[in-house]
Amino acid sequence: MAFLRQGITFNVYGDSAGTEKIFPFDMLPRIIPAKEWEYLERGLTQRITALNLFLHDIYHEQRILKDGVIPPHYVLSGKHFRREFAGFNVPKDIYIHVCGTDLIRDGDGQWLVLEDNGRCPSGVSYVLENRRAMKRSFPGMFEDIGVRPVEDYPQELLRMLNHIAPAGVADPTVVLLTPGAYNSAYFEHTYLARQMGIEIVEGRDLVVRDARVFMRTTKGLRPVHVIYRRIDDDFLDPTVFRRDSMLGVPGLVRAYRAGNVSLANSIGTGIADDKVIYYFVPRMIKYYLDQEPIIPNVPTYLANEEADKKYILENLSKLVVKAANESGGYGMLMGPKASKDEIETFRKQVEADPRNYIAQPMISLSRHPTHVDGKFEGRHIDLRPFILYGDKITIVPGGLTRVALRKGSLVVNSSQGGGSKDTWVLYGDE
Amino acid sequence: MLSRVANCLYWMARYIERAENIARIVDVNLQLLLDFRSLNDQRLADHWMPIIQSTGDEEAFLKLYKKANGKNVTEFLVFQMENSNSIVQSICQARENARMVRDQITSELWEELNRLYLFVRSPQARQVWKESPSEFFQQVKASSLILIGLTRATSIRNEGWNFSEAGKFLERADKISRILDLRYHTLPEKGAPTTVSQTEALEWSAILRSCSSWDAYKSIHSAEVHPKLVAEFLLLREDFPRSARFCITELNRALRRISGVSEGRFSNDAEKLAGRLEAELQFSTVDDIFTDGLHQYLDQFQLKLNAIGDALFSAYFFQSIASMDDQMLVQQEEQQQQSRG
Repeated sequence: MAFLRQGITFNVYGDSAGTEKIFPFDMLPRIIPAKEWEYLERGLTQRITALNLFLHDIYHEQRILKDGVIPPHYVLSGKHFRREFAGFNVPKDIYIHVCGTDLIRDGDGQWLVLEDNGRCPSGVSYVLENRRAMKRSFPGMFEDIGVRPVEDYPQELLRMLNHIAPAGVADPTVVLLTPGAYNSAYFEHTYLARQMGIEIVEGRDLVVRDARVFMRTTKGLRPVHVIYRRIDDDFLDPTVFRRDSMLGVPGLVRAYRAGNVSLANSIGTGIADDKVIYYFVPRMIKYYLDQEPIIPNVPTYLANEEADKKYILENLSKLVVKAANESGGYGMLMGPKASKDEIETFRKQVEADPRNYIAQPMISLSRHPTHVDGKFEGRHIDLRPFILYGDKITIVPGGLTRVALRKGSLVVNSSQGGGSKDTWVLYGDE
Repeated sequence: MLSRVANCLYWMARYIERAENIARIVDVNLQLLLDFRSLNDQRLADHWMPIIQSTGDEEAFLKLYKKANGKNVTEFLVFQMENSNSIVQSICQARENARMVRDQITSELWEELNRLYLFVRSPQARQVWKESPSEFFQQVKASSLILIGLTRATSIRNEGWNFSEAGKFLERADKISRILDLRYHTLPEKGAPTTVSQTEALEWSAILRSCSSWDAYKSIHSAEVHPKLVAEFLLLREDFPRSARFCITELNRALRRISGVSEGRFSNDAEKLAGRLEAELQFSTVDDIFTDGLHQYLDQFQLKLNAIGDALFSAYFFQSIASMDDQMLVQQEEQQQQSRG
């Protein structure tokens, strides 16, 4: 397979050898007609707008808390709420610059938002590479069918990053900050950096002097103005967050606060993709935009609410239970598929720490024909569109369609035996 | 170019070169022993100990082994993970450096290096080595040459290329000087020997073979092996890619391509020292060298190479801001230098 030779890989956490695995690719594209895409675009734009207003609000006036729309303790107790940044003005007031919102369709074909990923969403390189593979294999089809291109994502990303550069910097230097070669998304980091023509740096390549960030090059120190960081808040700066972080840059937060360097995404966005906060997104949309949510949430129960908790604990075997701040399919219980032991383990966890658990009914994800062992069979899929928020909001047509390759499985994460498909957004509706 | 990336490319090239050179030293010396009869422990130790000394790891060796015999020395130089300069360790380090800059090197290079890495770490490698050491060394040498060829054939001639060239030639010059020094205890302290015994001739031809220089040497000097001719060949020849002079010329060129500073001038200590060393080699004769003593000369030569390596490091890789990582990085770099001094 070409993918093996080209090495499109992801690393699975917990595999100390750092073994690179191939992300399986299914040839049958998932097709989204223009009308449907237009609907999704509206819904996602609405959502990222509300999330950004929410983040700005909770780090400033906290009106939404004072008005009782969201109980304050949910925000203030959030693992990723950064009280240190209360009152801080992020460049251009944008918090989430890159958002990967996971969507599913239920049995009736209704689109639902499964979760928002507003920290460091990954997967866009597969969108680009899948498309390249499809174009190589079926060049004729694209013209006949009329498929909207995805190739300009890197330029759009770079445009957004340039847009948020500190004021007064005419020709900003943008870099991508990676945790390093052992990270599961390292391939994507190098891929995007190359496509954008920017340096890919590790924490130790950067140094802060007089609250300014520089990279160490063979020609000496060169100033850096915008950092597309692909490491979590916790690891960004050992002098502010985790002291044992070897990945970060001492003094980076100081430079950020001084307005000398911009970060995408901003620090503190993690509170918006806390799965408990997710529950309140429809309320945010109503509160800030005075609109009804265009794409609804999956019905969700909060373990911290007495009535919900009772319901969750009584129905563990029917529900999907999720930890509030895990991702990648980790920290999750699929009730109907779980063993008694697993259910009991989760029961204890939920009882011990209700703030950090939610539950949702098992949605029967829509299925899509998928090539398995020489024939086509239905497999469950989801969709992760990638939303960029710069001078305007742009969404690359389509996104990453992930497919659960195991029969009947609902878990599409690459780390748990998932694969991907190319996603075709059509110019027309046919 | 990022300093870290340049540093990784530099060390990747050095370690590939190092693995190949050690493979040649061990291979040639194993074969050489076949030519000698009645070897007692002392004779064996006399033969092998200088080889351990030449890689600068005597202390580490004596910690791990009691006797310097073929089995222990080859184990130490080939597979021993405790020896930071063993073949397997060198290949691991080369691969580790390559991995850090995976996006900066061609996939052909990465695949071959990875293949070599997987081979030397596999049980199969031990098996090959047991059955035929020379087959094992052949594989390591061939792979190293493929890597060098692939780099030449597929790399853009950019800054990264220049750093990897600098690393390769610095390492090669160093190893040549160490191999040439193997039999120094059979030489008078100053001056050249007048007569050369048959055993000595065999040993000096092994030195040439360890530098892949036997055929080239023969084509110039026929089969007459004399330490003076060998030293002249391996140190001063202008046109042979495994002479110290050739390596230093190439090193100097790579350094100048990096900075863009013309010959005859310098912009940092690395260029100054490399330029000076090149001139020394250009204007030395083998008689000068033997007058002061070959061993003495080679010792100085290695110190000069270390100084160039240090100067290169401070000019390009390290910008004198101490963070935790850098201290660790520097420490590791220093270990490299010290273990070879």
